[in-house]
Order: sequence, then C-alpha cells, then structure tokens
Amino acid sequence: MNDLSVNIAGMTFKNPVTTASGTFGYGEEFLDFLDPGQLGGIFVKAVTGKNREGNNYPRMAETTGGMLNSVGLQNKGVDIFCRDIYPKIKTFDTHIIVNVSGSTVEEYVEVSERINELEKIPAIELNISCPNVKLGGMAFGTMPDMAKEVTIAVRKVYKKILMVKLSPNVTHITEIAKAVVDGGADVITLINTLLGMAIDAERRRPVLSTITGGLSGPAIKPVALRMVWQVHKAVPVPVIGLGGIMNATDAIEFILAGASAVQIGTANFIDPRVGLKIIDGLGQYLERHQISTIKELIGALKTE
Amino acid sequence: MIFKKNIADLTVVRNTRFNNRYFMLDLQAEEPFSVILPGQFVQVLVAGSPSTFLRRPFSIHSVDFASRRLRLLIQIKGEGTRHLSLLTEGAKLNVIYPLGNSFSLPVTKKVLLVGGGCGVAPLLFLAQFLNQQHIQPVILIGFRTRSEMFEIEEYSKFGQLLITTDDGTAGEKGLVVDHSLFQKERLDFGKIYCCGPVPMMQSVARIAQWHKVDCEVSLENTMACGFGACLCCITPTDRGNERVCMEGPVFNTKRLKWL
Repeated sequence: MNDLSVNIAGMTFKNPVTTASGTFGYGEEFLDFLDPGQLGGIFVKAVTGKNREGNNYPRMAETTGGMLNSVGLQNKGVDIFCRDIYPKIKTFDTHIIVNVSGSTVEEYVEVSERINELEKIPAIELNISCPNVKLGGMAFGTMPDMAKEVTIAVRKVYKKILMVKLSPNVTHITEIAKAVVDGGADVITLINTLLGMAIDAERRRPVLSTITGGLSGPAIKPVALRMVWQVHKAVPVPVIGLGGIMNATDAIEFILAGASAVQIGTANFIDPRVGLKIIDGLGQYLERHQISTIKELIGALKTE
Repeated sequence: MIFKKNIADLTVVRNTRFNNRYFMLDLQAEEPFSVILPGQFVQVLVAGSPSTFLRRPFSIHSVDFASRRLRLLIQIKGEGTRHLSLLTEGAKLNVIYPLGNSFSLPVTKKVLLVGGGCGVAPLLFLAQFLNQQHIQPVILIGFRTRSEMFEIEEYSKFGQLLITTDDGTAGEKGLVVDHSLFQKERLDFGKIYCCGPVPMMQSVARIAQWHKVDCEVSLENTMACGFGACLCCITPTDRGNERVCMEGPVFNTKRLKWL
C-alpha cells in the first residue's frame, strides 16, 4: 500500500485530493455518489457575513474545454451556516475547510471570527479572488497591499490554519503570494477562475448576465500549473493547487509543480465521483513508479 | 421525497428519428430503477464530442419499470444533441438519474396538460402516471405543422388529446393558448401542468391565474451539474433564487417571479 498522506501546515490529510469551494456545495449534494470521508478534504461553498442572492440568470456559459460562471457568492450567510449547515457536515470523516468571503475587511474578519469558534473546522480559505462580485472579492486579491491588509486583519482573529486563495488575474502572482505570506497566511491555494467572457453572436449579446465571469476547467490548467510552480518556488509555505484537474495525471502534474495537495473543481460537475477515481489513480502512479510516498513528488519537477 | 441518485452506463436500445428536429432514445438499465417520478430529469454525458464539455439535461419522457427502460425525447439544438442523435443501438451513455423534483398529484380528477415544442417531453410520463391514479387528463399539444407531429397515438392512450398547429394543418389553428378551450368563460380544471417555451408557459400561467386554477410548470435551464452544487441554474422565486435542478424543475407558478 502506497502512502498518499500529506502534511500541510501541521494538518495531516489522508490523501492530497480535496474539492474546490463552489464546486462541491457543502458536501451533502454528493452523498449519493461518494463517502466524503474518502476524500483528503472538502473546501465548502463560500460563506459571507449576510445572505447573498448572487447574480441574475444566466450565470453559466459552456466554453471550449471549460465553463464560465458568474454565480456571485450566493449563500445564506454565516449565521445560517453555523446554525443549520455546520451541524450536518461536522460529522464527515475528513477535513472541512470553510471558504470565507466578503465585501469589506470588516466582513472577512467578522466571518472568520465566527468560523474560528467551530470546533470541527481546522482551517479557513480566505477568498480574495472571486471575480463575480462588485465589491471586494478579487479586488483584494489583485493588489498586494490590500491582500496583505485583509490577511493581517483576519490573522489577528483567526487562531487556526489560515489559507489564502489567490486570483490568477494579476501580472505577478508571486508578489501577491509574498504579500499574503507576510500578512500571516499559513497556506496558499491557487488558482481561482480566470476572468473571461462569452458572446452570443446570433443575438449580439453577452451570454452571462454580468457580461464577464470566471473561467474554469481544463482550458485553464496550463496557467494554473505555471502559477503553482512560480509560487511554490517563491514562498516558504505549502501550496494547494487547482485549475482544470480532470484526472490523476493532471493532479500529479500539480504536485510535481509544487502543490502539497490539489482541489478538484469543475470536474465534480461532470463526474461527481471523480475525486475517488483520482485517489485511485494516484495510488497506481506511485506503484507504477515504485515510489512509496506521494510526499516525494511534491515539487519534484526536474527542470535541469 | 428523497431520491437516490444513480450514475450508470445505460445502453441505447433504440434511436427513433421523428423529423429533422426531434428524436427519441430508448435506454436500457442493468439495475432495476428505484423511484422515478414524472417531471424528473437526467444528466447525460456526451462522450466523443470535443466541444461538449458539460453533461446535457433531459426530461424523462417515459419509464418502463418492468423492462428497466427509460425514454428521452430530445430536440437537436447544438453539437451535443446532434452527436446524441447519431447514436446507434448498443451505444453506452453515462447517465445520472433521477434528478430534480416532480409534478405534484392533483387533488381533483379534472386535469389539463399543456405542452409545446420539446416541452411535451415530461408530459407523456405524467399522463401515464395520472392514468395509474385513475385520472384521464385532457392533453393539449401545440405543433408547428402537421408533418412535424409525432407520438399522437401515445398521448391518446392516456387521455383526451387536443392539438393546435401554427398553420392550421391539424387541430385548431394557432398557438396552444389560442385554443377554444381557453376562450370559455369558465376553465373547468382543478390543475394545469405545463411545459414548453417560456412565453407559452407564462401565457398559460396567466390564464390559470385569471381562472384561479392551480398551475405547475417545468422549467428548462442551463446547468453545469444538475444535482445542486454549481448554483448556475437559478430562477427567482418567492424564497429568493432557487436551483431549477433541486427545488425544481417543477414549480407552482404562484411561486415564480416571472409573471
């Protein structure tokens, strides 16, 4: 039996396969398809201070090798999350990590403080990279000073493991990465969606109600791999990689580029059991290459 | 009701082409079906079509529990559906089923089903189901023209069939909402079930509201997952933005914000 476990900022993950926020609901939506306890972890849908209805329909456009979305952080708010959702998911036998978002530094702090009180949540993922909200979101993740400011503010109130999810919509990803590590981030996750748009030529109109949206799926994988590799080299903290992972080979590529774990996103929509298939595939890869632990592969890309 | 969702490879046992726009796939399952109710849908993986990244949602057209078969009525709209239209006997299709809620049972025996275009898809299963509850519905279907009509005998088995065609080549001339049934002072039904293009459903919902008749519609929507995770297929309701794939696809028109 090969060892798929990884350690990230003091947390042990039974395997490096987790699910990306916004693509796995609160885990409950997948219970007919898999036991969440088999996954390394679950990053649940973004939680904000208050209830958000999200953006208008249409919110989704299929594109070549991917999809655009402009959901806009629809969620019931932190009160409902703590009261109704947390009790149902806290029994899952895996790490439940909450994605925290907001429009202001104060909102990020308020939500983080509330999540800090939840015993079974070992970490949060600060979402400074959502491209689909008018205020906050990506605005924090594209300027190093603001990224650092929000990280420092949350670091003061959040006592457990602080992960920060970066936006790829920047010129120099390493500058943002260094800024959030300076601000106190324990882990960096990247990438969130790439800002894009789709046009209906027949109607001469944008497909999405918001005109632009976030691109995900295999179309963005090369960009994600490049950014994971750059950030892994630039900062001393662990990196969790995501962006278009569809199978075990994709996951291995991210690990070689420097990711200590991966998140599966859009692929969950097409195959709700894909996470389990990727876990199997990772085991087979180790066997085939006669490697005893997947930890050996983290950042093991040969570039000479 | 909680439905157990399955993901399985079903085998195409028949592909019936009705005309240049519509075809029907008969799919055979290996395992017996558990509960499947009218109004529910499936998500089909279109393998081998490079430009089709996401699954395609289709209403369940009918179910034969004894032979473990379900039928999908599909309109050719783009590359994904075109690819499916070319499938031949023996092909495997990866399908997630059943998804979504279902039409609710009427409290009365006087029931009207209204369908137009591909919106007829869930109504055959519903008519079949109502028959099992000893209800003979009136079924009103709108077609563009006589030559595009299909499955007329199927619907006639389960109720009184009324037809409109845009050009008057069969049944009454006009759209379904122009049918003489709706011109009467009193609309003598306890429930209307409707599925079709949005403007048609809106018109039927307005008529139903005017006559104080309960009305349920089945909404179509672009969706990435079909099982409640992506939050893409929302529709505004009296409880905020709800997911068509989970809280729907069937909604009572009183709850929808599009009237």
